[in-house]
Amino acid sequence: MTPPTERPTVSLSALPLKRSSILPGFGLSLGYTLVYLSIIVLLPLAALVLKASGLGLSGLWSIGVQPRVFAALKTSFTLALAAAAINVVFGVIVAWVLTRYDFPGRRLLDAAVDLPFALPTAVAGIALAAIYAPNGWIGALIAPLGWKIAFTPLGIVVALIFIGLPFIVRTVQPVIVDLEQDVEEASASLGATRLQTLSRVILPALTPALLTGFALAFARGVGEYGSVIFIAGNLPFISEIAPLLIVVKLEEFNYEGATAIAIWMLAISFFILFAINLIQAWSRRRFGNV
Amino acid sequence: MSEAATGWAGAPAESIWSGPEKKAARRSRSPVTGESDLLKAVLIGVTVVFLSLFLILPLAIVFTEAFSKGVAAYWGALISPDARSAIGLTLTVAAIAVPANIMFGLAAAWAIAKFHFPGKSFLITLIDLPFSVSPVVAGLMFVLLFGAHGLLGPWLKAHDLEIIFAVPGIVLATIFVTFPFVARELIALMEDQGTGDEETALSLGASGFSTFMRVTLPNIKWALLYGVLLCNARAMGEFGAVSVVSGHIRGKTNTMPLHVEILYNEYNTAAAFAVASLLALLALITLVLKTLLETRFNDALPGKARGH
Amino acid sequence: MQIRAQDIVKSFPGARRAALEGVSLNVGSGELVALLGPSGGGKTTLLRIIAGLDLPDSGKVFFGDEDASEKSVQDRRVGFVFQNYALFKHLTVEDNVGFGLDVRNRAQRPPKAEIRRRAHELLDLVQLSGLEKRRPSQLSGGQRQRVALARALAVEPRVLLLDEPFGALDAKVRRELRSWLRELHTRTGHTTIFVTHDQDEALELADRVAVLNGGHIEQIGTPDEIYDHPATAFVHEFIGESSAISAQLREGEVFLGDHRLDLPKANRLATSNNGEGRLFVRPQDILIGEEGPGALQAEVLSVRRSGPTRRAEIALPYDRSSVEVDAPASVALQPGAFVPVRFLRGAFFLKADAAGAAVHARG
Repeated sequence: MTPPTERPTVSLSALPLKRSSILPGFGLSLGYTLVYLSIIVLLPLAALVLKASGLGLSGLWSIGVQPRVFAALKTSFTLALAAAAINVVFGVIVAWVLTRYDFPGRRLLDAAVDLPFALPTAVAGIALAAIYAPNGWIGALIAPLGWKIAFTPLGIVVALIFIGLPFIVRTVQPVIVDLEQDVEEASASLGATRLQTLSRVILPALTPALLTGFALAFARGVGEYGSVIFIAGNLPFISEIAPLLIVVKLEEFNYEGATAIAIWMLAISFFILFAINLIQAWSRRRFGNV
Repeated sequence: MSEAATGWAGAPAESIWSGPEKKAARRSRSPVTGESDLLKAVLIGVTVVFLSLFLILPLAIVFTEAFSKGVAAYWGALISPDARSAIGLTLTVAAIAVPANIMFGLAAAWAIAKFHFPGKSFLITLIDLPFSVSPVVAGLMFVLLFGAHGLLGPWLKAHDLEIIFAVPGIVLATIFVTFPFVARELIALMEDQGTGDEETALSLGASGFSTFMRVTLPNIKWALLYGVLLCNARAMGEFGAVSVVSGHIRGKTNTMPLHVEILYNEYNTAAAFAVASLLALLALITLVLKTLLETRFNDALPGKARGH
Repeated sequence: MQIRAQDIVKSFPGARRAALEGVSLNVGSGELVALLGPSGGGKTTLLRIIAGLDLPDSGKVFFGDEDASEKSVQDRRVGFVFQNYALFKHLTVEDNVGFGLDVRNRAQRPPKAEIRRRAHELLDLVQLSGLEKRRPSQLSGGQRQRVALARALAVEPRVLLLDEPFGALDAKVRRELRSWLRELHTRTGHTTIFVTHDQDEALELADRVAVLNGGHIEQIGTPDEIYDHPATAFVHEFIGESSAISAQLREGEVFLGDHRLDLPKANRLATSNNGEGRLFVRPQDILIGEEGPGALQAEVLSVRRSGPTRRAEIALPYDRSSVEVDAPASVALQPGAFVPVRFLRGAFFLKADAAGAAVHARG
């Protein structure tokens, strides 16, 4: 490598941070990045942490176990888990079909999978509410059976399925593309039926990606607000999600309550994501790279 | 995913060769690596029904409901003063947030992808952080920082500066939630590309600036556009974070998504869907451009699973 | 088990030419046959059709007297070994080997302990004892391929099919596995067909070699027949080293311009075929630096060291076509000097006729 550039650079590049490189602009770009990151992300984060530390662990705990807060957190996490689990099942089917089969409309459906990324959540929310409401296209179909989706926890699940689907599909698709055909053929040549190959060879190969997609969809689902509140019904203890309760607390100028819920959400999310990371590390060890 | 977009459909069949890469093309015809026609039909059926229920129907109902009271009502909803001011604010916010994040994305990607320094992976984690924070929590953070009872509240009040319940707060919240889009797209691509091109340009006597303009930028333009596309869609559509910091002041701090909410809560469904249809149109355009980029310029995009 | 492929035709949609243009192959019970040829010659396609991984457009595959053409790959009971091992990454070595037994239906599935015992036995056979609990990712390439072989043997296959089994390994491991596979074959006696593009591998390992090119078999025979008596110009060019010289055939004698080469009588052609063609000579079949019947004066272009001997490049008179010659160290060769050369052996092939089929004759 060549020695550092002779060009006078901003002070940061003089720090021993940088491996010698002839490219210019390290100090400037890293400096800008850090300043911007601090203003936009770190400072607000610090405000939240500061507020939370003012509450103390006991304060956080006492707010967390308030029945309405506890119920909201439980609703958010259990329904996000449920939606992510449903998405794993259907997501793997959708990813498989869109990757492996050809049929009219395939490309259109494939492009549509990204819709939840592109469609504003509020729009998704009112649209889903309109469809699954008792007088909506689907809601009216199932109302005679006594089923109700919108304005019940089921409605929340529907919204979270919508939001989380692309995470699963887009994580699994590249893995399906990269599946080695000879592994499937080897399985068949050893006498395995197609179903055995699917369940004992292909599904295990997709598992790490499915876990990742599950984690992403779950994390997104826990924090989701816009698409949920229109279809949820928002009844405390039943269909009130944690982010909504934060908004409610804020409207009551109860900043402590809002902060405590936010901290609980972040803590539980990080804990679950950490656990999933461990599982993934374990499965990576198991699968390795052949 | 973009590989998936091109799919197995037209798998070229010239491959009587034995190389492993050519074998992949054979996949669609191998009699042993496919499912039975019945299972295939069932799976396709499940996919079509599932995607229709959750993706196609919501899109369809937006436009159906928007025109449910006729074209005149639709037009009326769009040109009402409140709607016009919401559209104006949304465009303004995006016009500030997107360029700000482009600048940041370029700087961050340059520093992270072209240099080695300790703490790099931590920095990447921080950049991804806004994706794992609930938008409502993001809004809350800004309220706690800039709000009347926040850390900087008193100081702001003393200087007669308004951030929360005002446009600056909306812009900041939007920047926060759209922050990683451009950066992560560029970091992934520029790390793949390495520093060879830039080093060559510099060794040929180009200045640092002209190296960036004439070598780096052309290399990353499609990925940049891709990131901008996603960033813009989210910026114009953000709801949760903006809702918390905006104060919902009609004609003043209402963006389009917030305006949709207000109309909907007032049972003015057709008008709500009319404004929503503009946002849905934006989403469709985004999707079309995104798909176009993925099929045409797949090589110029970072090759891994996309999300968010 | 005797394996017969009969008039196999296979073309892939969109391809310009058929992958197999009516290929027939007989492999005797216990025989080790190599399918050798360049990329695109159709050898892998033929192997996959025998295995049932691809279906032919027409033609039949027989296992013994039984027509296997209609049977699925699952029912053919073949042991197929892939170039890139195709091991199941999520399973241990032992479970990989046992997979074929474990997926059998309840009636035919041995008990778990028995599957394990068989897996261990096979791992012992492929000299991988002690690695039962490893994952494929923890093995070297050579070890992975041996696991793949053990896995294929576990189903007690009627025929062992190997597709470029050593193609992904480095040269040293290849040579080791080569002799080891030969040994294994001698011990187990499985009818074995393997695909390779490496002629050394094919000639050293196989009882018989089938050279495939352009979707048909150019020649099938023992390694000696293939090397010493190539049936076609293609085989001569593909197998071993040789130089091709434009020559003419007149009344059974090979001429270079108006010079009769005087190839030995035993190899001379008893034919009235006359015409232009190509004479193939191997470097070791040319005598350099000695006058004699049919000798030519050739110019030395360059001399290089090549293992135990020296390799000279000479230019022949008439059309100055260049020929590679093995030169003993005793002969002094200076670039630019003219030396006498004599062709001891050679093979002459008439130019392809209008229809494209090669009319060939041995010189």
